Amino acid sequence: MPEQLFAAPALADPMTPRVALVRRRWRDGPDVWTFELEMADSDDPAYNFAPGQFNMLTAFGVGEIPVSVSGDAAYHGRLIHTIRAVGPVSIALTRLGSGDRLGLRGPFGTAWPMREAEGHDVVVVAGGLGLAPLRPALYRLLAARERFGQVVLLYGARGPADILFRKEIESWRRRLDIDIEVTVDHAAQDWRGHVGVVTRLIPRASFDPLHAIALVCGPEVMMRFAIAALNDAGISDAAIWLSMERNMKCAVGFCGHCQFGPVFVCRDGAVFRHDALRDKLALKEL
Amino acid sequence: MEGLDDIIGKHPFFADMRDDFRRLVAGCSRNTVFEAGQYLFHESEPADRFYVLRHGRVALELSAPGRGTLTFQTALEGEIVGVSWLIPPYRWTYDARATELVRAASIDAACLRGKCEADHDLGYDMMKRFMPVLIQRLQSAQMQVLDLYGAHA
Amino acid sequence: MRGTQRAVLTVDGIQALLDGLKGRGYRVLGPTVRDQAIIYDDIAAVADLPRGWTDEQEGGRYRLHRRADEALFGFAVGPTSWKRFLHPPVLRLWHATRDDDGIRVVAEPPATERFAFIGVRACELHAIAIQDRVLLGGAHQDPHYKARREGAFLVAVNCGVAGGTCFCASMNTGPEAETGFDLALTELLDGPEHLFVVEAGGEAGRALLALLPHRPASEAEIARAQAVIDHTAASMGRAMRSDDLRELLPRNHAHPRWDEVADRCLTCGNCTMVCPTCFCTSVEDSSDLTGAETSRSRRWDSCFTMDFSYLHGGSVRASAKSRYRQWMTHKLSSWHEQFDTSGCVGCGRCITWCPVGIDITEEVRAIRDSEPR
Repeated sequence: MPEQLFAAPALADPMTPRVALVRRRWRDGPDVWTFELEMADSDDPAYNFAPGQFNMLTAFGVGEIPVSVSGDAAYHGRLIHTIRAVGPVSIALTRLGSGDRLGLRGPFGTAWPMREAEGHDVVVVAGGLGLAPLRPALYRLLAARERFGQVVLLYGARGPADILFRKEIESWRRRLDIDIEVTVDHAAQDWRGHVGVVTRLIPRASFDPLHAIALVCGPEVMMRFAIAALNDAGISDAAIWLSMERNMKCAVGFCGHCQFGPVFVCRDGAVFRHDALRDKLALKEL
Repeated sequence: MEGLDDIIGKHPFFADMRDDFRRLVAGCSRNTVFEAGQYLFHESEPADRFYVLRHGRVALELSAPGRGTLTFQTALEGEIVGVSWLIPPYRWTYDARATELVRAASIDAACLRGKCEADHDLGYDMMKRFMPVLIQRLQSAQMQVLDLYGAHA
Repeated sequence: MRGTQRAVLTVDGIQALLDGLKGRGYRVLGPTVRDQAIIYDDIAAVADLPRGWTDEQEGGRYRLHRRADEALFGFAVGPTSWKRFLHPPVLRLWHATRDDDGIRVVAEPPATERFAFIGVRACELHAIAIQDRVLLGGAHQDPHYKARREGAFLVAVNCGVAGGTCFCASMNTGPEAETGFDLALTELLDGPEHLFVVEAGGEAGRALLALLPHRPASEAEIARAQAVIDHTAASMGRAMRSDDLRELLPRNHAHPRWDEVADRCLTCGNCTMVCPTCFCTSVEDSSDLTGAETSRSRRWDSCFTMDFSYLHGGSVRASAKSRYRQWMTHKLSSWHEQFDTSGCVGCGRCITWCPVGIDITEEVRAIRDSEPR
């Protein structure tokens, strides 16, 4: 069993959704919406999530999907989720407006190793929507900035219009204590930034590989290549953490759908230390 | 003011190159500067020189009807712009535009090809340096072509 | 058999057992013949049991035949297992009502019914113990399984017949029921009387036994019961070495045998339906036409379905090969890492009920034998 630095505490009734109220919602990209939710109980366990954890969100009458929390763990009383509308459930969820209700179960899963990262340089590599599960980690890095060494964010998106949380990234960029490089797969002429895969940014980033921890999230192919580039840059597998995704129906290790080899992504992940998965990521149809 | 020999010698692309090879390469080189927005070369023009970027960023672009001009890669300081000079028909397959002030050492392709033919050891050294560039370009293209961040419903 | 006290029941004693359980409010379930198979369902009398029936099982083959005697339990296991009662095929989890004030979600209360299972085989006791680990042994517990499981009374039967596809002996899961039962019976047909040697597994079993017409078992009767078990153990239809599977299967992720079995496998999922340890489920949300009443139901699912591993527009395991490999590797290897035990109890159902007769013991052997020694 892979080592877990943080495991979600058991919930009293993990199978039954609690009702969440949509307070606000806004568009964060093409087909991508961010929601601010309020739970009926001000002490709802969902508010005590750790960066990297996820909730199961129910569109009543349609279905349920896992969605990482994308907001600030220090901000109690509101839950932020960023959802891309690609399937029937996510489309139904993104049609909800302020004042509507959805179901929520959670928080589930393992967390980004924020405690272990203290005293280290932190290299955050995000691709596409992968920036959403990493945002809570970034909030923590920036809020307790003095506890970490160099902090680097490398972010790859499809095109300039797809850059998630763009205004926020720009405001972080204006700080002097975080290195941010953004690249896109292709762009029109009005884009003055990088064009190319995010892995190309890794050799040029500034960090001490012997004292660095990497947090990686994005499409699995991108994560495989990013991890190889991080290894080439001197960061070992035991210092690389990634967030995996699999089909989930229960989120508590009962339905069997999220298995990836012997691990349950809902329970042993979604955040894994790479040395626990090393040889498995390259296996086809595992 | 730095001599070309120094410039070539200090550039990461030519790291650890033998002195005599370096002088041969410098003999084919000259300094160039491009203002932001200027083109280094255009698609289908003869690929008669390539550029070793010392400062600034270059966008590699292609135009498609109905889609306008698209950048598929940016080349950064320390990198090379131009590989088509290596193989016939020696024609550029894309446009290269400076997105900011660019200083580069520009190397005459015919000159260097001639010297590589005359001295195969120089030729082999140059090939070894270009291989990683081509392979990295290929690997990046592989990933970009998959449109990994697209919504695949 | 261990050296605990044994008693003896007659066939009338079995009827008294069924009556006694019913009288105490249990829903009594046991084997019965239905649609040319022996399945588990509600029973009330000895007459409901498959008296005088036996089963012939092979890869992809199951037939019932009449026995020469009147054995009540003279057969191996059929297509159903006790999981259909403990971990039901369909179960509503909650329903929700929407009104002007909002949405109210009501969880389905766990069952209050108490089950008495008659005729639980050793392999099935192990399977139940394995599902206990899966559904009760982790950080979360399934409240529905828990309620059904905790109330259950288990009457085990030591097999007098080894099935054609059985291999519990090599899996160390039978044929003798060792633990996890309230009562265990061994049927004796070799003497003038039709008898059952009974062992109590705990207080509840002892209490019920005390109410039934019984007498102490003689040494000879205990020896005869042991002989039945030993004979069964020696006549298994299959065998499977399993001590090395934890590493053997993941090590052979790319083995050509997977392609070969994929050519035969229909991905019908029969094996997962009949397997007593398979636990995978899916959920379905539904709604009335107005959206005011919605609910979620859980139902059995199978890793063989195309959609099981669906993610981002396609399935992770799209090929039949990958799905067969997933099932077998999970069952025989990953289960160890997940639950500290094998997932297989050697009951042979997957072999019998596979329409093309794929044999898990043969697949393991083929992969193992292909490795250099």
